[in-house]
Amino acid sequence: MSDRLKVLTMAEMAANGEKPEVLFWVGCAGSFDDRARKITKAFVRILHGARVKFAVLGVEASCTGDPARRAGNEFLFQMQALQNIGTLNGYGVERIVTACPHCFNTLKNEYPELGGNYQVMHHTQFLNALLAEGRLKVKGGSFKGKRIVFHDPCYLGRGNGEYEAPRELLERLDGELVEMKRSRARGLCCGAGGAQMFKEAEPGNGEVNHERAGEALGTDPGIIAAGCPFCNTMLTDGVKHHNKEQVLVKDIAELIAEAADL
Amino acid sequence: MSISGIVFALCLFAAGGLFAVKMRKIVRNIRLGRDELINDRPGERWATMARVALGQGKMVARPIAGILHVVVYAGFVIINIELLEIVIDGIFGTHRVFAFLGPLYDVLIASFEVLALGVFVACAIFLVRRNVLRLKRFWMKEMTAWPRSDANIILVAEIILMGAFLKMNATDQVLAMRGVDPYVAVGSYPVSQFLRPFFEGYSDGALMTFERMFWWVHILGIFVFLNYIPYSKHFHILLAFPNTWYSKLKPSTQVANMDRVTQEVKLMMDPSADPYAAPPADAPPPERFGAKDVFDLSWKSLMDAYSCTECGRCTSECPANLTGKLLSPRKVMMDTRDRLEEVGRNIDKNGSFQDDGRSLHDRISEEELWACTTCNACTEACPVNIDPVGIIMDMRRYLVMEESRTRPALTAMFNNVENNGAPWPFAQSEQLRWAEEEGYR
Repeated sequence: MSDRLKVLTMAEMAANGEKPEVLFWVGCAGSFDDRARKITKAFVRILHGARVKFAVLGVEASCTGDPARRAGNEFLFQMQALQNIGTLNGYGVERIVTACPHCFNTLKNEYPELGGNYQVMHHTQFLNALLAEGRLKVKGGSFKGKRIVFHDPCYLGRGNGEYEAPRELLERLDGELVEMKRSRARGLCCGAGGAQMFKEAEPGNGEVNHERAGEALGTDPGIIAAGCPFCNTMLTDGVKHHNKEQVLVKDIAELIAEAADL
Repeated sequence: MSISGIVFALCLFAAGGLFAVKMRKIVRNIRLGRDELINDRPGERWATMARVALGQGKMVARPIAGILHVVVYAGFVIINIELLEIVIDGIFGTHRVFAFLGPLYDVLIASFEVLALGVFVACAIFLVRRNVLRLKRFWMKEMTAWPRSDANIILVAEIILMGAFLKMNATDQVLAMRGVDPYVAVGSYPVSQFLRPFFEGYSDGALMTFERMFWWVHILGIFVFLNYIPYSKHFHILLAFPNTWYSKLKPSTQVANMDRVTQEVKLMMDPSADPYAAPPADAPPPERFGAKDVFDLSWKSLMDAYSCTECGRCTSECPANLTGKLLSPRKVMMDTRDRLEEVGRNIDKNGSFQDDGRSLHDRISEEELWACTTCNACTEACPVNIDPVGIIMDMRRYLVMEESRTRPALTAMFNNVENNGAPWPFAQSEQLRWAEEEGYR
């Protein structure tokens, strides 16, 4: 592709009288977390490769309020939500894609009650749609023979019933997709949800992410696939705890970008 | 009406009356909760009840306990058809009043017998699992002496009831074969026929005493059982049905909106609002934010508490509990019920609730509440769609919004979200650094 990848903001598009096909909601992890930024970059390379006209909020982006709400601060959540809804409705946003299941859940399920109605997609759902439409092509060769195990993010799977989209994408890689005993509706949390990401774990005799990473490593995978930046962090730390750093923890967007040479 | 008929009618009346009185108290207690209108999507609600409660859809996620439970459940529901005959016989002094049904009666009695044996065996296995194999989830710390005894009492009671039923049938057959009046050779007895040899050596008179004794043990046992269950974890056999009908149909990870907060936040964000405006004189006192006590929880959370049979599937799937944290979703439900019963006794005693200086927070600690990852493994695992996360969320809201009690790192997170729009201390102006560093800008 000859044209250069350029990330535009909603404000810039609006100034040119343009409207994107979809708003990419980057989220706090995708913007600020070193590891998650790689996911963000992989995802925009795919969007660019598939010639999706997208925009981000940029400096207008603000937390959905998910961790504040789950930590009991309903005031802060609603302040965030109402501000964001003001911004989104101001730009007439209709479709949103995000690589974070927590942003996804909040935007999709919790904003409508506060006046924010959008078609919200998790990036695995969006990527599947791109593949179905033929806008994106992947060749699985480089993953042939690789064992890949998928960890269901609670807020995507159990919360929103989406178990297939990530697996359909992984099937395209021609690797060997394996499952943990606790998967899908019985998938074990990585330990980050409910605002745990932002605090120390309460005292116990083990860490949730060590437990989950141990289970994933038990399937003898080459790659642990994640669909959530927080799960990614937790599992990466968990894999380190088990001294198995040769096993890679990768977001599905990163794997697809690699398979699509993007 | 014979004397035994009168005695029976009195027992029936007393059992029904006592049960009704206790039920009224439980309904009153559930209504102490916060109002919440739950009547949307009725079709989906009936379907959920049919699948989860009637169809035991979530029980078989654990096949051994699940299948055994289906046997006990089917036995309980179907054998109770027999209760109708027992009640009619008891009041009018008839004997096997439905015998005229002929072949259908044979089929009914035969199926009751097979199920009774099934229930007997299943309950015996359940006792072994609890007391001999000591499955971990039945011995966790919230499973103190009473919850453990409660489970055993129920299992032993079911075994006694089923045993009496089968022995009643066995003595009945021996008497019928001897042609003793009023015993008639009807029904098919695939199980109790094997018990006959134990009774064949007795005289007619002794057998009639046995037969009546088993009959009375069976029916009085059922009356006692009926009045035991509202005090027991076993109440789920009734509440499973309404509780699944009122299930949360929204995505499990969707947290309920607090409309009152929406009003206040909108007011705050409205530049033309008068910040010093006094509320109108007739405005109701402001409701509490979040849950301090059972009164602040939705009535559905209180029904959840009464529906819990303490099976512990929630806790055994809880990531916090699995890693040794204090949190146990089952304990949250047990504590809620215990507190609600305590409040109920307070009302019984004083006419209305008198402040006892206690609250739900005395039973459920902050350490438990802050251990939850809101992953909803517990709500997924619950065979009757109980939602412990709803209670945890409401209690966290009280801690944070009424008491400003939180974890220090969460306070920092709140400040970051409020000041720079992210839970971490990064400036909003840095939002596009990822794009800049790749030359995407």
